[in-house]
Amino acid sequence: MNNRIEKRIELQAPVSRVWRALTDYREFGEWFRVKLDGPFVAGQVSCGQITYPGYEHVKWETLVQKMEPERLFSFTSHPYSVDPKIDYSKETPTLVEFRLEKTASGTLLLLTESGFDKIPSDRRLEAFRMNDGGWTEQMKNIEKHVAQTS
Amino acid sequence: MSHKRHSSMAGKRQRRAPVFAALADETRLSLVAKLCGGQPHSISQLTEGSKLTRQAITKHLRALESVGIVHSVRAGRESRFEFDPEPMIGIKEYLDFVSKQWDQALSKLKSFVEN
Repeated sequence: MNNRIEKRIELQAPVSRVWRALTDYREFGEWFRVKLDGPFVAGQVSCGQITYPGYEHVKWETLVQKMEPERLFSFTSHPYSVDPKIDYSKETPTLVEFRLEKTASGTLLLLTESGFDKIPSDRRLEAFRMNDGGWTEQMKNIEKHVAQTS
Repeated sequence: MSHKRHSSMAGKRQRRAPVFAALADETRLSLVAKLCGGQPHSISQLTEGSKLTRQAITKHLRALESVGIVHSVRAGRESRFEFDPEPMIGIKEYLDFVSKQWDQALSKLKSFVEN
């Protein structure tokens, strides 16, 4: 059974541009929708506040693992740490890795998120419940946003 | 997600043991493969053709049972084990959900770096 998420996406932009969008905390915040307190530093915790509509109460807290310029950016985090009453820090986080490869037309970005086998099953279900009903709403927000900016 | 499914998931909140970890084992995967046809099997049937002892197979079945992938049912004097796909469906839905979120984030990243 597959217990990781893998994505490949071709970007029509140079590796240096993609690297900046991933690792500059302000640029990362733009597309990921999070307001970060400060720059990413390998080995240090990155804190911030999610700005995704409907999830503004969610805190962002990740531990930056690797920053190998224009090659690999990785961090560990607790997915959907949405309940302020729960101490998520005791749980094993998932590992998110962005790998960059130069291509003829730009950059190949490989994303993996792994470690889902370590998340307690009730947390997974909780993420669903939280999402149940809210997701449709979010899809509409995104559609609206895309329609406005295009 | 229907309300029926919703409440049945809520009922499973107590199960903290990770389903993936229970499946990360060749013997247990092969037991699931035998059981997922829907027919309940006895421990003897499940031990047949395996190099493992009854005790070892039983231990693996208990591990699967602890996360709700198999249930034991009494059939006369012996226990039979049957497959319950629901915990696995739960994981698949969860991964689909996280996966969709990444699709959206990456598509935002794409328009961000390409503009």
